[in-house]
Formats: sequence, structure tokens, C-alpha cells
Amino acid sequence: MLTPGKRRAAGFMNLALATALLGALVLGVGPAAAQTPAPWQMGMQAAHSPVEHGIQSLNTLVLWIIVVITIFVAGLLAYVVWRYDHKRNPVAGRVSHNSVLEVAWTALPVLILVVIAIPSFRLVYFEDRTADADLTVKVTGHQWYWEYTYPDAKGLHFDSYMVADEDLKGEQKALRHLAVDNQLVVPAGKNIRILTTSADVIHSFFIPSLGVQRYAIPGRTIETWFRVDQPGDYYGECNQICGTNHSVMPISIHAVTPEAFKTWLAAAPAKFSNASLEPDTHQVQARFASAQSASATER
Amino acid sequence: MSATTHDAHHDHSHDHNPTFAQRWLFSTNHKDIGSLYLIFAVCAGLVGGVLSIIMRAQLSHPGNHLVNSGQEWNTIVTAHGLIMIFFTVMPALIGGFGNWFIPLMIGAPDMAFPRLNNISFWLLVPAFILIMAGLLLGESGSGWTLYPPLSNSTYESGPGMDFTLFALHLAGVSSLLGALNFITTIFNMRTPGMTLHKMPLFIWAMLVTAFLLLLSLPVLAGAITMLIFDRNFGTSFFDPQGGGDPVLWQHLFWFFGHPEVYIMILPGFGIVSHVISTFSKKPVFGYLGMAYAMVAIGVVGFVVWAHHMFVSGISVDTRAYFMAATMIIAVPTGIKIFSWIATMWGGSIEMKTPMLWAIGFIFLFTVGGVTGVVLSNAGIDQILHNTYYVVAHFHYVLSLGAVFSIFAGWYYWIGKMSGHQYPEFWGKVHFWVTFVGVNLTFFPMHFLGAAGMPRRYPDYPDAFAGWNYVASLGSYVGGFSVLIFLYVVYRTFTSKVEVADNYWGEGATTLEWTVSSPPPFHTFEELPRFR
Repeated sequence: MLTPGKRRAAGFMNLALATALLGALVLGVGPAAAQTPAPWQMGMQAAHSPVEHGIQSLNTLVLWIIVVITIFVAGLLAYVVWRYDHKRNPVAGRVSHNSVLEVAWTALPVLILVVIAIPSFRLVYFEDRTADADLTVKVTGHQWYWEYTYPDAKGLHFDSYMVADEDLKGEQKALRHLAVDNQLVVPAGKNIRILTTSADVIHSFFIPSLGVQRYAIPGRTIETWFRVDQPGDYYGECNQICGTNHSVMPISIHAVTPEAFKTWLAAAPAKFSNASLEPDTHQVQARFASAQSASATER
Repeated sequence: MSATTHDAHHDHSHDHNPTFAQRWLFSTNHKDIGSLYLIFAVCAGLVGGVLSIIMRAQLSHPGNHLVNSGQEWNTIVTAHGLIMIFFTVMPALIGGFGNWFIPLMIGAPDMAFPRLNNISFWLLVPAFILIMAGLLLGESGSGWTLYPPLSNSTYESGPGMDFTLFALHLAGVSSLLGALNFITTIFNMRTPGMTLHKMPLFIWAMLVTAFLLLLSLPVLAGAITMLIFDRNFGTSFFDPQGGGDPVLWQHLFWFFGHPEVYIMILPGFGIVSHVISTFSKKPVFGYLGMAYAMVAIGVVGFVVWAHHMFVSGISVDTRAYFMAATMIIAVPTGIKIFSWIATMWGGSIEMKTPMLWAIGFIFLFTVGGVTGVVLSNAGIDQILHNTYYVVAHFHYVLSLGAVFSIFAGWYYWIGKMSGHQYPEFWGKVHFWVTFVGVNLTFFPMHFLGAAGMPRRYPDYPDAFAGWNYVASLGSYVGGFSVLIFLYVVYRTFTSKVEVADNYWGEGATTLEWTVSSPPPFHTFEELPRFR
């Protein structure tokens, strides 16, 4: 029942209709197809990965259920307050037991939970990991930047810092606290295995529109995965308190076509000259850079 | 305050005339200690509330600089959480109402261990001073969950973090002693005829709460001790470089932390049951179901802790188990909600202020409860974990749930405790202003969280500006409602009107309504007959 990878989004897509309700209202604004939150947005960011499609269709199902339950409870309360006000009903009844009713309001919630649990179990196993990854990216959290390593590409790796407010130019101005200097580049339509870890404290690698989040914990490597539907830019943020600059280490993913990814991969070692396959040297350089940035960003 | 008035009227039956220090510092009287707890909770709540207004002011616009640094911000976040949990909600519900009304409701002369009761309270005061030291030194910026490595000596090197940890030790011991006292009192000192199945629901709630405290706090104490050792004595329980594991902390912390949230809400369940029953003039519907629903919530509450760790890298089967176990809690909670409504059904409802708060509690707790069902789905939690959706959820069950139940209890019992009634009009104004304020503050946070705004951020992408501004406005309204509450307190204690023993009339049937308002210094020297 629970083999991952086979069901993909098909099972969840049929429920995605209602997502459009909220989605259409609040999305569609934003610079150059970038997947960012929008002003006054009320629902989730548009889904751009199979996992996120699954999350949103389950969320839509659960949201409808809880909205109905909440309205039901509110309606009952309003009715009772109106109908049994002491002016309208001066003499109180004495009924304090009704076995049928009590069994019903125990059994019905159980049934509702079963309805939620079935797709929920499927989703949680689907989210877990990808059986056949096309690319592996190691994500290392640092105070306060991300380091991306491509073990499949001879250990190519680089650091990704937020663009400081005063350095934002042109279109980036709309991406304050989201734009980074070096985006994580991945091929669209491919299964990406993500391995998270940390060099210092716990961080969290979190991209809402791709439905991916895992803590980056020192001494551990945690696996998860995503597959970006379309080329584009996707944004997330560090989501576990990690010290004074917790809010200034966003995540930005640049998904490109597989061909463009090959081109990028060929040019990348030259661009990131620190990717000279000498792990120890990088460590030192990264630490040095981090110390510099820390002193630069602290006021 | 309450005490000085009843001294004059009711202290005539014995020649006991304690000095101020004897009465308030060395007190062994459950009513006086209860009053001390309530006064303490209000003071701590004001401090925690000021911190939340500072945070909302910082977040009202992106790029604000009201708070100087991320570290300062993190320290405020940490202190707000710890103060509200350990020094406001718990002292008010457990120390305050628990001390006052457990003996009165079970017909006992006092608590089983009066001196233990005194030390339980006085441990809280140094604990609070230490929390404030951690805050003012700006050295405890780890969030209230205190996750290492951020809370270890490499990343929080100052003594402020140690102060905060030691404060939790003291507050924990305080609660633990209180829990022992409550359990012993409830099991051994019920008046003849009051079997367990005839106990008022508030007593059931406090009994379950006390057991949760008894079983969860030692785990927190162990975890904190290990962290203090990591920080100061070179151990590495939570440090991977020495073979330790940061995730171990998360397991230990949440093994305490999850029961802790039920510790904060169960006493409120008890209070709300009495208020609903009193003002509907009907006995509580499904009494046994109500009692055992609380027992079930308490039991299941101990086996769901890792739903706080869905993205910590626990295995997928573990996630599936904790997801299923967490969802099950919705069932006993649903029983309680529907039983309260059924209690009102067919009743003759008087909309006095305590009833307003209780009905507000039922509705807002439902809202907070159903978002809990959303979050229990590990699959959805993958993108809601640590976002403002979670902040909205737990403020709906605590700030709008537990706090509403505290106010319901306050308006319900203040006449009994002080001998003076609150002003009805201003009580209702207080309710409505609070209701508008907290909903305006916390409802938009669902939107922010769904859109992906992480919690514990002093600054955020500009797209989140709109709802943050609304939430900030709401918090100012909420802050204003606190001033109204203080005015209500002032009016109550300066009132000249004295109230009867049972000022709520036929609906109020528990034993505290058989003694005078305020009760004499010593009650039930002769045990009452129960049914």
C-alpha cells in the first residue's frame, strides 16, 4: 500500500479544485514568475512540485472539514444562546444524559478522522524520499548562510548569502529578505535528493512552494526530496531559530531546463573558484567568510 | 487586597491575628496562598504582555528597528513564552484557582501539606527574577524550547542562559510540589460521601493536571540538568562533537512540553464546565464522559510528543504513528465541546460576564482545536511547521483558550474570593474588547503561516506586511483590554456592595457556594455532609 514514488500526485490532484478558490484570489501577482508570497495572501503559495500538490489537496480537504465543523459549532452555540435564553426559556430542563447522542459524537469524529487519515498516510510516505534520484544536493546550514554541495559534480559547492537591503537593485527590490547572491541551481522535472546537515546550530531548509522542509542538524544528515515542475525561481527561508541573524538567511532555488543545467554545471567550477576539490581549504575559507559576514551584518 | 477586607468581617471566630509577614510571607492558608498566586500571575502577565506589544510593534512594518538586534529579539521571544506559560497561565489556573477552590469544593479544611504549599509559591518568585535576569542580560535567545546547540555554551555563552535554565528548575520544583499537594489533598481529604465519581469537574481537571505535572516535570528537570552540565561541566549529552545528539533534547523537551499544553488547558476545561452549568441552571451533561475525556486527553497527551518534531529527521513510520496518535486527541476534545453545548441545551441561560467568557472559550478553543487537526497531519505540517500558522494555532488554544478560561474563573469566583462583585457592564466591555483584539491579532497569523512566514523573525519579506500590520493593530486593542481589566479590578475592590453566600443562585451547586463570601479564614472545621 505504501510504496513511495508510484502514486505521485494523481491521487491528490482531483481534490485540488477548491485550492483555486483561495489561490486565484491571492496569487498571480509577483515579479517575473518568481514563487514568492504575495501581499495580503490568505492561502498557501501556488504548488510547484508533486509533493506540494499533494500537500495542498490534502490541506484543501482538511480545510473544508474544519471550516464546516467550526461553522457547525458556532451555529449550535448561537442557536442555544438564542433559544434557551432565560427570557425565552425561564425553567431549565434537567436532561443530563443521552447515551445515543454521546456515542454519536464520539463515533462521528472518529469517522471524520479516518477520512482525513487515509490520504494523510499516503502523503507522508510519498513525501519521505525519492527512490531514484537524478541529482543529489547536500545542504549545509551555517550561521547565517547556506552552503550547497553537489556530490555528483566532483563536490562542486558554494555559499549562498542574502542580498543586504542596501545592495538590492532593480527587480530584486521586491524580494527584500528573499533574494540571495548565489541561488541553488537544479534541473526542473528531475528528482532531487536533498541531504541536510549543519555546521553549527540547527537551521531549517524550508521552501513552501516546493513542499519541502527539513531541519539541518549538526552531526546528522537528513534526507528528503523535491521535483520542481517548471523552470523558475522559488523562495524559502530558514525556519528554525538559529541566532541573531535567523531572519536573514533566505533560500532561493533557480530551476532550469536539464540542458541549461548541464551548461551551468560545466561553467560552475570556474565561477565558484573555491570549488577546487580541497575540502579542508573550503572549510577554512567558509569559516573566514562567515566570520566576516557576521561582523558585517551585526550592528 | 481581598484579604484585608475579610479579616475585618470573618476573623472573629478565633484569636488568630497574624502580622502582615506572618500572614503573607509565612502563609499556610490555602486561600491566602491562592490569592498570592493570582496576584503574581497578574503581575507576570503584565510583563509578558508588554513584551508581546513590543514584538507586535516591531513587526507592524517590515524593516522596523524598534528592537536593536536579532539577539535582543530572540531573548524577548524566549522570555515572552516562558513568562506566559510558567508565570502567568500556570500560577493563575493551578496555583491560584486550584489552591482557592480544591479545598472549598471537596469540603476540606485546607490543603494536605500547607507548608509545602507555601514553598511552592515562594519558589516562583526567585524563578521569575532569574527569568528576568536572562531577559535583561539579553543572553537567552534560544526560543522557549531551548534547543541545543543554540542554547549551549558555544552559542549562548553568557550566564543569562544559565539563569533561564535554573529558573525553569525552580518553577518546575514549585509545580511539582504543588502537584504532590493537590493529588494528596484530592485523594485523601474529600468530605464523606464525595466519591471520585461525584467530584466536581474542576477537581477532576486538577487531578489529571497534577498527574501530568508529576509525570512530565521530572523529565524536563533531567533534560535541563543535562544541558546545564553540557554548558558548565564539559559533558556532551546534546553535542554531536562529543557523541551527543541535539535531537535527544527535542525528545526529552517535548515529552514534557506536550503534556505541558494540556496542563495549561485542563484546569480551564474544569472552570468552563462549572460556569456553563451554573448559568444554564442545569447539571453538566454527560458528567462521566466529561471526566474521562479529560483522563483520556491526559493519557494520550503523553504519547504524541514527537508531532513537534516532524521535520527533525525522525523516520517515516515514526511520523505516521505520531500523526495518528495526535489526531485521536480530537475525539475526547470533541466530546467536551459537544457536552458543553448539550449542557446549555434546554437550560435557562443567563448571559452574565463569566458565561460570555466561557462561551467565547468554547468557540475560540474550537478554532484552535481544528487547526491542530490540520497540523497533526505530518504531510501538511511539512510546510506549516514553525510558521505563523503554528503561532496562530497555539495562541488560539492558549491566549484565547486558557486565558479566556482564567477570566471566566475570575469573574465567576471573584465575588466569592473578595466578597465584592465586579461591575457587570465593565466586565462585558472587557470581554468584547478582548475578543475583538485577540482575534484581530491571531486570525491573520493563519494567513501569514499558510503563505510561509517563519516564526521568531524580527523582520520579514515585504509581502507579509499587510497582515502583520493588522495583527499589530489587534495587539494594541488587546493591550487596551488589559487596562479595562485593571479598571474592573479596581472597581471590584473598591466596591461597597457585599454579596451573598451563593450569589449565582440555583445553578451554582458546588460546596464553595455553601460558605460565606468571602469565606472565613478557616472553612469546614466541621466536615460538610455531601448528598
